[in-house]
Amino acid sequence: MPKSNRRDRSITYASAINEATRQLMAQDDSVFVLGIGVDDPRGIYGTTSNLSSEFGQDRVVNMPLAEDAITGIASGSSMAGMRPIVVHERMDFMLLAMNQLINVAAKSHYMYGGAVKVPMVVRSIIGRSWGQGAQHSQALHSFFMHIPGLKVIAPTTPHDAKGALVASVRDDNPVIFVEHRMLHNYKGQVPENLYEVPFGKARVLRTGGDITIVGISHAMVECIRAAKSLAAASISAEVIDPISLSPIDVQTICESVEKTGNLLIVDNGWTPCGASAEIMSLVIENVQRQDKVKMKRMGFEFVTSPTSKILEDLYYPDSRRIAKNAYDLIMGKKTDWEPDVQESPEIDEFKGPF
Amino acid sequence: MKNKNINLNSIELINNLYKSIYRIRTIEEKIALIYPTDQIKSPVHLSIGQEAVTVGACAALVETDIVFGTYRGHSLYLAKGGDLKGMMAELYGKSTGVAGGKGGSMHLIDTSRGVMGMSAVVATTIPQAAGYAYAFKLRKQKNIVVSFFGDGATEEGVFHETLNFAALKKLPMIFVCENNQYAVLSHQSERQSSSNITERASVYGMHSEKIDQNDAQAIYEKINWARNQIVEKGEGPIFFECMTERYREHVGPNERDDIKTRSAEINDPLEQLSKLVSYDFKEGVSKEVDLELNEAIDFADKSSFPSNDTLYQDVYA
Repeated sequence: MPKSNRRDRSITYASAINEATRQLMAQDDSVFVLGIGVDDPRGIYGTTSNLSSEFGQDRVVNMPLAEDAITGIASGSSMAGMRPIVVHERMDFMLLAMNQLINVAAKSHYMYGGAVKVPMVVRSIIGRSWGQGAQHSQALHSFFMHIPGLKVIAPTTPHDAKGALVASVRDDNPVIFVEHRMLHNYKGQVPENLYEVPFGKARVLRTGGDITIVGISHAMVECIRAAKSLAAASISAEVIDPISLSPIDVQTICESVEKTGNLLIVDNGWTPCGASAEIMSLVIENVQRQDKVKMKRMGFEFVTSPTSKILEDLYYPDSRRIAKNAYDLIMGKKTDWEPDVQESPEIDEFKGPF
Repeated sequence: MKNKNINLNSIELINNLYKSIYRIRTIEEKIALIYPTDQIKSPVHLSIGQEAVTVGACAALVETDIVFGTYRGHSLYLAKGGDLKGMMAELYGKSTGVAGGKGGSMHLIDTSRGVMGMSAVVATTIPQAAGYAYAFKLRKQKNIVVSFFGDGATEEGVFHETLNFAALKKLPMIFVCENNQYAVLSHQSERQSSSNITERASVYGMHSEKIDQNDAQAIYEKINWARNQIVEKGEGPIFFECMTERYREHVGPNERDDIKTRSAEINDPLEQLSKLVSYDFKEGVSKEVDLELNEAIDFADKSSFPSNDTLYQDVYA
């Protein structure tokens, strides 16, 4: 019997990931989950809860604290036809696995002349707030965008989180799946069936004609808020979520820029050599519009993430500064305009410890 | 390939081991001769002197067993049955190579023979071998994985991470440390506080044994025993440290200039077997290998280089 497929059902981002994983595991015996703490009672913020009771500890494997080996074990199993999902509670921990990811997983298909495939997904969570600090809140997605052979996807909505995870697990390549801790509790409409949000296709979340704002991961949420502030000043912003960072849908972004003539890219990460630098370069190379397009980038301040709330608030781009930058970019000068203050409840209400 | 009730002195086994080592040595010596002509544009890491480990081990495996190895991989690749023509063409950078001219000497692969791939970064295939073995375990498949690596790899963190995981999950795999005592030019004693690799493996709770002889028969016997323990009794993983010696420099075709330090107690694997094989058999093998090798070199030489459009092939699956 076909399952009901209510489209009005609202669940959290974390539940959407859990549901996608459960449905994928039920459908395909080769899908399994491995990582540090994946079968513990907290279940990686609920994203892996109850999976081990349903599928057993052989398929929901609580791993030793060995990120490099975990990654190699995953890629080795994928060469045997498995479809592993590796989970890191923080993206920072992936730095311990860079050798296996970049020297091995990313290259195996090419350097062995197509003889093997490495279908593996690495879920990684960017932390923020409640003093996560230097080593629990890094956003390193641009590292992976630099590497041929890897795909990178950073969904923002619960709908896209589920669909992107399905696409990632079904993909025959190593995929870096980027989550943000501040998105996990977000609710949104998520179909009950299995569906894919494809790689290389951006989503226009809000249409507008005055400026194109591209927001990555959690920064997209602040961009939507900024767009509301701008609307109060009669400025219509088009907000685009790239979702897929590698490959990236430069066409959708360029088409919007051709319409608006203004581009603000807001990354949930540092700007130097980052995703925002790549997107801006691609727009410069590909945009058809002949007259001058005004462009600006925003991201984390170029310092190590501080823990004190006062400093943390300065470190991250917020909706007020995004709106202000967008406004001044359109005006072509510094102005005195001050946007409305938009609440960021997911940040203000987040209580740690993790 | 039969694995049970092996008589170690059976002439069939000895002949097979001799032929395999003779073949690999002849091929690698030829590679060393060709190297200065610059037709092989790929760093070659020759196994001359240490063939007994991979030949002895692979003789105890079946085709569907899997091996992972290192950049010093010609011997393992050939011992497990990897295609010689495809290997030579790969060394020549030709489109007919096993990796289409994208892998070279350090990244040989022949999945049809269970040769799953060689890596140029020390210790990187050790966890991959464990991952493959984990897939066998999940599927209850009666096969094993053998992970080959050098003594230098035992210094890497991922070696210990993997041994812990493999022992924890009782994986159907064998770890084979080919201990030639040198990482490039650095002796083990300069790099390790104690020469107790076997003991270090045993503390993870797996059967661990040192094999001193550099003798293909002895290695065959141990691996054959270990494979049966794992497949029949579920008693994996098992660890072997095989003492051996590399005669050539770390990379390239040249003899080591410190060759006078060659360990007196380590035997040459080909000389040992040569004493046990008939003159007629050796003559036959010599002719057969010459013919096969000449054909492979001719194949590599005459094959075309990859076309430009293959540059962007296989970036993504």
